Amino acid sequence: MNSNIFVIIISSAIFYGTPLFYAALGGILTERSGVLNLGVEGTMLIGGVSGAWACLHIGGSAWFTVTMSILVGALAGGLVSTLLAFLCITLKTNQTVAGLAITIFAGAVGLSSYFANIWKVAKTPVPRPIRTMDVFGLADTPVLGPILFRQTSLTYVSWLLAIVATVYLFRTRVGLQLRAVGESPQTADAMGISVIRYRYIHTILGGALAGIGGVFYSLAIVPTWVDGMTKGAGWIAIALVIFGFWRPSLTLLGAYLFGALQSLSSTLKARGVDISGDILDALPFIMTIVVLVLVSSRFAHRRLGAPAALGVPYEREER
Amino acid sequence: MKRTNKKFAPVLLTAAFAIGLVACGGDDGDSSSSSEAAGTEAPATEAPSSEAPSEGPVVVDCAPEEGPLKAAWVYVGPTNDGGWTQAHDEGRQAVQEHFGDAVETTYKENVPEGPEVAQALEDLIADGNTVIFGTSFGFQDAFVEVAAKHPDVCFEFATGYLTSDNMAQFYGAAEDTDYLAGMAAGAASATGNLGYLASFPIPEVVRGANAWTMGARAMNPEATVKVVWLNTWFDPAKEKQAAEALIAEGVDVLGQKGVDSPATGDAALAATGVLWTGYNTDQSANYPSVWLTATTYHWDVYEIPRIQQVLDGTWTSGNYYGSLADGFVTLAPYGESVSAETRAAIDARLEELKATPGSQFTGPIKDNQGNEVLAEGVTHTFDELMSMAYLVEGINGEIPAS
Repeated sequence: MNSNIFVIIISSAIFYGTPLFYAALGGILTERSGVLNLGVEGTMLIGGVSGAWACLHIGGSAWFTVTMSILVGALAGGLVSTLLAFLCITLKTNQTVAGLAITIFAGAVGLSSYFANIWKVAKTPVPRPIRTMDVFGLADTPVLGPILFRQTSLTYVSWLLAIVATVYLFRTRVGLQLRAVGESPQTADAMGISVIRYRYIHTILGGALAGIGGVFYSLAIVPTWVDGMTKGAGWIAIALVIFGFWRPSLTLLGAYLFGALQSLSSTLKARGVDISGDILDALPFIMTIVVLVLVSSRFAHRRLGAPAALGVPYEREER
Repeated sequence: MKRTNKKFAPVLLTAAFAIGLVACGGDDGDSSSSSEAAGTEAPATEAPSSEAPSEGPVVVDCAPEEGPLKAAWVYVGPTNDGGWTQAHDEGRQAVQEHFGDAVETTYKENVPEGPEVAQALEDLIADGNTVIFGTSFGFQDAFVEVAAKHPDVCFEFATGYLTSDNMAQFYGAAEDTDYLAGMAAGAASATGNLGYLASFPIPEVVRGANAWTMGARAMNPEATVKVVWLNTWFDPAKEKQAAEALIAEGVDVLGQKGVDSPATGDAALAATGVLWTGYNTDQSANYPSVWLTATTYHWDVYEIPRIQQVLDGTWTSGNYYGSLADGFVTLAPYGESVSAETRAAIDARLEELKATPGSQFTGPIKDNQGNEVLAEGVTHTFDELMSMAYLVEGINGEIPAS
């Protein structure tokens, strides 16, 4: 029953969708505040290499090591995003350029590879990888076992975060103010909300979540640091934010859909199903293009919740 | 409404950029691309014969008049990619160590396969480098172009097929070690159900998959191999997903070619009772419980004598294909799961392949459609090896049309 192709694909989709969701959730928070973070890919790699370093150097119980590694990855991602926040919010640089600069500076050719060199984390498997768990001993339950009860701790935390983020964005006063900052910073400012502070906090928080996404690669997927290992996941995450209409719940589904497409490709190939591998491999990217074309229409933009001030630096004097 | 569109412009730009980035991603992570593509366009042996001047090879004097010889390596990936580029850089370090003060080595990493290559080469030449090693197939055109402009600089190119008076080619018989690794895999499998991760369906990878399968079937004639074509040189998550999918299909030994991240080994480790032959990197210390063996390259075996020739003033162009005999390719240390009996069988076969590289491709060989490819006693020529485009009996799957 559990070797059923659908069970395999769905459980695998959730596993491989998890890092995409972390990075995309970070993107939602950042973009809701009106800041566009194109540095996600580089931020994830910095998080990944820092998490691997922590896992190799922090002792204690397995739970402690893994938790600390995740926190170190989040901290590193947050630090990278602090730089982005400074560029975009304080210096008011072009956000597209700043984000791309961060990815190039921190990414596969840059800082993450440099850290891997000086910390000597490449090639060494992390001693305490994040493994799937058998929750309540239900992992072998037919159908639902592998899907719901045999995932990693980070996956379960991400479900919790999806709920928390939804409540935060749409049911709390702070969340409302955050959305106000992203929609109309002038109005928010007039109401006495500190636009700068909201943007800084959510950009840094977004980077921390991207950092955790990176840790998932270096601690759960491989789990060894390999230069450039996210291989474009950060860019998929940026598309997912739009795909999920800036809503955590839809983005979670989107992340799993992307995970499913990737998993479908591997599974069908392993089964020897006669379908062009090129088409299967291209599916996630074809879907990204389709989604972006659809939501970039004026109608979609207004209706689906893109923050109106996204990508625009806030100048107090400007009206 | 114009505002709206303007605001969206960066997002779309990004997306376009992102997609572009991902799409080209295949090239930047791994250089093996280069390598393996080698055989696709022209058999490696033809190039020199067709271009070699009749009066014999020309000696190129690229040693400096004074001071140490400056030699440079150009890499497509980062030096700690844990695979292809790292192996090349270990070759460079061995050269440096061997010659000490007589040679000054340098490298450029992460050079994209594009217009940057010629620029990087010109920079290196301007810095006084007179021997330059290229390690990625996509660099070849730029190397040819720059080599023509600088007849006093020696160019050494791995995995390509074009030579000239001052540009040589080098690579080696990985299909021999792939065969031996396959023997370890076939012997270790309890079910005879094996899985193989392959990068791209090009001759070198096809040759590796065939050799590995034939090795496995030499130990277990009933063994079958499921091949998954990944269409990437480097994507750890995808490699792991494919490995997991193969394990879910019931394979108990995994092999790989072209892709070389440790993700496959981790998939084996996370499953129970699954073993692994790697590629390009010795992971015996990191994955002792699942490790069998792997093909590894030793670039310095070629590079050290070549640098010596430069110093001696005897360097000429050429087309080198290393083997087990000279140690250019070797089998990584065995894992604990390889039995003494299997080791003995592999070691015996290793001696044969040392003496006659490529002799595993001796008929009768059938492809997996049941057609006879080689009759009894007939062996593939070198050109046939370099342009191999069929899968041997025992492989479930086919070469995807490209």
